[in-house]
Amino acid sequence: MHVIDGTSNSIKSFLKTLSPVDQVGAEARAAMLGTRSIKTSSKTWAIDMAISMIDLTTLEGADTPGKVRAICNKAVRPDPTDSTVPHVGAICVYNDMVKIAREQLDAVGGGDIPVAAVSTAFPSGRASLEVKKVDTEFAIANGATEIDMVIDRGAFLSGDLVKVFSEIEFIKSLCGDKAHLKVILETGELVTLDNVRKASYLAMAAGADFIKTSTGKVAPAATAPVVLVMLEAVRDWYSMTGVKIGVKPAGGIRNTKDAIKQLVLVNETAGPEWLNPQLFRIGASALLNDLLMQRMKLRDGHYASPNYVTLD
Amino acid sequence: MRIDVKKTYKLYIGGAFPRSESGRCYEILGAKGKFIANPAQASRKDLRDAVVAARSAFPGWSSATAFNRGQILYRIAEIMEGRSSQFVDEIVAVEGCTPTAAQKQVREAIDLWVWYSGWCDKIGSIYGSTNQVSGAFYNFTIPEPVGVVGAFAPQKSSLLGLVQTLAPIIAAGNTSVCVASEKFPLSAITLSEVLATSDLPAGVVNLLTGITSELAPWMGAHMDVDAIDTTGLSATQDKEARIAGAENLKRISAFKSDVSPQRILAFMEHKTVWHPIGL
Repeated sequence: MHVIDGTSNSIKSFLKTLSPVDQVGAEARAAMLGTRSIKTSSKTWAIDMAISMIDLTTLEGADTPGKVRAICNKAVRPDPTDSTVPHVGAICVYNDMVKIAREQLDAVGGGDIPVAAVSTAFPSGRASLEVKKVDTEFAIANGATEIDMVIDRGAFLSGDLVKVFSEIEFIKSLCGDKAHLKVILETGELVTLDNVRKASYLAMAAGADFIKTSTGKVAPAATAPVVLVMLEAVRDWYSMTGVKIGVKPAGGIRNTKDAIKQLVLVNETAGPEWLNPQLFRIGASALLNDLLMQRMKLRDGHYASPNYVTLD
Repeated sequence: MRIDVKKTYKLYIGGAFPRSESGRCYEILGAKGKFIANPAQASRKDLRDAVVAARSAFPGWSSATAFNRGQILYRIAEIMEGRSSQFVDEIVAVEGCTPTAAQKQVREAIDLWVWYSGWCDKIGSIYGSTNQVSGAFYNFTIPEPVGVVGAFAPQKSSLLGLVQTLAPIIAAGNTSVCVASEKFPLSAITLSEVLATSDLPAGVVNLLTGITSELAPWMGAHMDVDAIDTTGLSATQDKEARIAGAENLKRISAFKSDVSPQRILAFMEHKTVWHPIGL
């Protein structure tokens, strides 16, 4: 269903129908959900669910083919000593590493793990449309089945919503049915929760399969109120259009407690249907080790040591 | 007429003074059965947090120069000296001893910091060695800190026993999670306030108050604790800690002598280096 036809008027009149976010209320609700007590049996389930939702990410200037292969191995078998640990949701890399990641995953039995490429001049998004086009096509041609694009925050903040909308639409047309499109809103630069809500709807209307909080390069990143607002947006979008859009918080989720808080937010906001890797992902790198250590703690009955998980 | 300013006795973890995450506290009574205070009753999760704090403080503290560590230990003595009357009052209240005996304990504790501060940059030269080997190598052995050391301070001494436990551990360059005497924890809480203002980096010493028997099994089995001083544990608890600690080959020691450089060495490992001559 097309709620926006791409013209400035249609975008403005649609965004006017959105109610403003009660910021104090959103923060209080997110904080309250963060205090839920999770019992041991639920925690065991939540840890495995969180592991299967991780987009295991390495986005450093110092990334090497060796490091990318190493995280691919880890993605398939997060804990080499325990085959009951599920594999992660996806691998997320820069586009020149996509091919290496795809080959490595296929070689070690991770054929069903998708490779996501950050695209459109990640993380700033400051490049011409031609560059963004080539960036995206290169990643897809090399085997990326998920594209993480950034929106043009400068255009968004200066009110040029048509540009933001048409760029997402354009990248979506490049993805076609070959790749899922995740749209990074970079909420740390959007300033207000109202903007987060507006940008979420803009992305969904333009064809996003997922809306993602942040690049991980800007703080604050995936704060609980931001994720709450985005989950409300996908919930309301579903009731409006019947289409389920995924959410991916990324950046700043480093330990099991944070991850479980995210799952509580999902369950209480979008609903249990979103508690699966097709509709919720967590962009992270350090988080996986902490989840593995908590898993060892539950299994062995004593606290684990970082000496028994891999260095990233 | 003035309203009493009552103190909340808290834990010392990572340079901060949190309450127990469990929200619990327990009652301590003075020698004559009079109520003294409600210190925090640390839970296993507080212990876990303290180990994380100690682990993250370890790289910085162990790589600080021994001379610098010595200066900081001396600084602890300086700051304690300025608060000695508070230590004396608390020891009298808790142990029920005379002010003279309490003063003696405080002075000995302060002097012990000075003594161990001197050891920081000497332990390597006195207990390390250069070794004769049959080949063209310089061969030398140096003691290095083991890592995170869990410590149970002696139960019967409020301040002196605690310093006897703590000072050698950090003099070696280790970081520590120390559980204070269960019945006499006030001096530990005051000492943590001294440590927080002594240039000692956050997390090098973490002090927990609480029930020893509750915390001991978690310390013994914790895979990220490298060694334990079990002086403050009962014979049974000591044995259990040794069995649990075997899982990750912890160095576990209980001490009969109160003061000795051996207490520093107990939490060090000897590293031998072979260096070719002429390169």
